[in-house]
Amino acid sequence: MTTTSDALTTSAIVTGQDKREAARRHGPSRAGWAVYLFLILMALIWLLPLGWSLFTSLRPYADTAKYGYFSLGGTFNVQNYIDAWNQGGFSTYFLNSVIYVVPTVILTLFLASMMAYAVSRYSWTFSLTLLIMFTAGNLLPPQVLATPLFEAFRLLKLPYWVSDSGTLLNTYISVIAVNTAFQIGFCTFVLANFMKALPNELSEAAKVDGAGVWRHYWSIVLPLSRPALAALATLEVIFIYNDFFWPLLFIQSGNRLPVTTAINNLKGEWLTNYNLLAAGAMITVIPTLVIYLLLQRHFIAGLTLGASKG
Amino acid sequence: MTAIPTDTVAAESVPEAQEPPARRRRLRQLSRGDKVVLAIMIAIPTLIQALLIWIPTVASVFLSFTKWNGLSITNLRFAGLDNYLYILKDYPPFWPAVLHNVIWLVFLAVIATPLGLLLAVLLDRPLRGTRLYQSFFFVPVMLSLALIGVIWQLFYSQDNGLLNNLLGTAGSSHAVDWFGDSRVNLWAALIAATWRHAGYIMILYLAGLKGVDPSLREAAALDGANGAQTFFRVVFPVMRPTNIIVVVITIIEALRAFDIVWIINGGTNGLELLSALVVRNLVGEGQVIGIGSSLAVVLLVISLVPIVFYLVRTFGKEARE
Repeated sequence: MTTTSDALTTSAIVTGQDKREAARRHGPSRAGWAVYLFLILMALIWLLPLGWSLFTSLRPYADTAKYGYFSLGGTFNVQNYIDAWNQGGFSTYFLNSVIYVVPTVILTLFLASMMAYAVSRYSWTFSLTLLIMFTAGNLLPPQVLATPLFEAFRLLKLPYWVSDSGTLLNTYISVIAVNTAFQIGFCTFVLANFMKALPNELSEAAKVDGAGVWRHYWSIVLPLSRPALAALATLEVIFIYNDFFWPLLFIQSGNRLPVTTAINNLKGEWLTNYNLLAAGAMITVIPTLVIYLLLQRHFIAGLTLGASKG
Repeated sequence: MTAIPTDTVAAESVPEAQEPPARRRRLRQLSRGDKVVLAIMIAIPTLIQALLIWIPTVASVFLSFTKWNGLSITNLRFAGLDNYLYILKDYPPFWPAVLHNVIWLVFLAVIATPLGLLLAVLLDRPLRGTRLYQSFFFVPVMLSLALIGVIWQLFYSQDNGLLNNLLGTAGSSHAVDWFGDSRVNLWAALIAATWRHAGYIMILYLAGLKGVDPSLREAAALDGANGAQTFFRVVFPVMRPTNIIVVVITIIEALRAFDIVWIINGGTNGLELLSALVVRNLVGEGQVIGIGSSLAVVLLVISLVPIVFYLVRTFGKEARE
């Protein structure tokens, strides 16, 4: 089962062996060369913005001031990264990102898998209606709900030992809760379709053994859903890490912002020092790149994984 | 990012698909304890959805018909259609925002999405290093739009950016301030958005193209169709499920666009979008919650078009059964 998403993605990535052999026989035609040229050009264009950031981030401010940003003069080092890390307070922001991402992803997958199990394995009156509502909610622009949620969180009085703002605003919980709610819809839909297509034999065996609903869900259906869960987990980690809007709306204290939203403040602070800003941007990219290199297959599988119709 | 479950790879994603899928059990077969467990498993996620998604959506509609300073619920007054009349007639950024959202959609639909399709078609062919190219185009898909805004700001910077230096205008009076000049900043932001959107669409179509039965292409080739004819008359129509997903994603991404304009200048000065106006009215001063909500409702109503289209496509068959 673990090879499911792998096979899927590899097949999406690598073109067919037969076609490659055909090309080897004939060699690239004139049109083939044009395609290569176009792709190389596009790939270069695609790499320029990130490459420029990387280049700028590796040069000391004094050198770019002396030679200009569009130059090769001077030295290259990682001092900007050290300075950006310390001045920007990235350790706090990364810790915050972890505090937002980990509970959100675990909660989302846990709750979505329960709902998906219920709609895919049992037939009950409103199962389809709820599944449609779950899916629809995920597709709304977040700004549609922003005003009522902000006001509700602001007006909801909490004891100060729970929240130092006295309300739900400026709490980690506010962002975790809303992000979880938003992502449950998408994950439920994907998991429901995955669970629908699981083989029945193990379920029947469990029924004969007298396993209850919970054991059936926890010990049989969830382990079988591992490929879908792995793909969704990777995807959700990236989604939540990249979430800019909800912390922007709910979090007022700078020291509770996650990296992605904090970059907005750093951009203002470092507007006169592009080297530092570039280093800050590259620091923010690093976690995504690490996940990309390690879990690219799962991420792509998550984006394209879906579901059989009806 | 909008992620939409896709239908395209369904058959491949589950290897046991050829075996009979699990039959859904009737609730009657369950013991009382099991029914309680199942009810809790349904209730918790549903309650969260209701509290944090559905009720706030309805509350947005409700607030759009009120005047409220946000201080205390007792200050809330019914305002009829005042908020809507105000945004339609007297709120200067409203129509620019609508126009910009439309331009955003058209640009994604005409430039970014076809570019993603083109990349997918080219990279689905027998090419040396196709995987490497795919990786290049895919990197921006992993990045947040906020970060993309920062990276492109460095690229677009008037005097120190790469673009103006390549154009040879940096430092001169001809240097364009790509994100600052309201005549060009929307297009500059759209190019930055395309940087990510095209890669996303490419991934979806690469998966879609894998799902096309190769014998269809062979049959078309035997019938004497050339590459373009085969693609437009055979392959593209067969990828209908992918096409639907791509259409929906393109529309929804255009309506959801927010992060990138917010990080550039807070959605002002040529970068007004409906989503940004909602937030500007929320964090601003005074009795603007009603105005912000009416803008949110406009956004909601427009969003419902692609959402309903997608839901009907996806669930229509199931619901009729």
